[in-house]
Amino acid sequence: MAKTKKIPNLCNYAMFCAGCGHGVLVRLICECLEELGQEKNVIAAIGVGCSCHLKSGINCDLVQSPHGRAAAVATGIRRAEPDKIVFTYQGDGDAYNIGLAETLNAAYRNENICVFTVNNGNFGMTGGQMAWTTMPGQKTATSPRGRNIELTGIPIKIPELVSYSFKPAYVARGAVTTPAEIKRLKGYIMNAFQAQMNKEGYSLVEVMSTCPTNWGMDPIVAQKRLIEDVIPYYELGEFKKRGE
Amino acid sequence: MAKAKTDVERCKACGLCMHNCKKGALTMTDHINSRGYKTILLDEETCIGCGICYTVCPDGVFEIVE
Repeated sequence: MAKTKKIPNLCNYAMFCAGCGHGVLVRLICECLEELGQEKNVIAAIGVGCSCHLKSGINCDLVQSPHGRAAAVATGIRRAEPDKIVFTYQGDGDAYNIGLAETLNAAYRNENICVFTVNNGNFGMTGGQMAWTTMPGQKTATSPRGRNIELTGIPIKIPELVSYSFKPAYVARGAVTTPAEIKRLKGYIMNAFQAQMNKEGYSLVEVMSTCPTNWGMDPIVAQKRLIEDVIPYYELGEFKKRGE
Repeated sequence: MAKAKTDVERCKACGLCMHNCKKGALTMTDHINSRGYKTILLDEETCIGCGICYTVCPDGVFEIVE
């Protein structure tokens, strides 16, 4: 039967809302770091928003970055500490809206860092305002009649942009939905960390997640919406494999 | 045989474990934990220790033990 499974020592009780996908991602990051034997050799730069709660979820060195600037802060950490594992933990509003310049510039320079972004289609902590990743027609606090894409543009796909425009080491998009997808996502995270340990360069893993609180849905209904309505637009998989 | 073990003090009653459990070994109770959430209850007889609850739980409620 199944192997024994234990919550990683690196992983704490995180203060996310009930049913939020962040908690699973934090656990997967901790599991990967422990399996790679790097749990005491890691520094994270965290974004502003729900991703701030990584502070409660992980027992490692952290730097709280200004809003959107986690990739720039991680670049600084990388220059000062060349042998540490450095990753950023951000939301879509932080990495793709406010910190778009930092995220893209770090990718452009092929900095040897890992960027993990959680895409839940809105600015979660501030009350569910529309982000660039909000789906067409989706009602949010700042698009009460549904997002009008003729006025506000179409939802942005940064992993595709980064993988086709620059020369990063590894780019993938996973999802916190079914057990199979969660296991696949762990593989993506592992690849991102291994790419960094081999000094291959920049890696980006986007994680599609629900936001039950701001979507106004039960966690299970929110997950159904994510699978049926959102993931068909945000295709899952590896966009840039290592060594390609 | 491996079985799930729960720490209900971490539970936030999201129900994802119940939704994903293939054996129906989990139910929601009216017990309120110290953080003010309802908690789940595991039926150890029905549990086969597959680890799906461990995989999907965002809050680390489950561990799989021998």
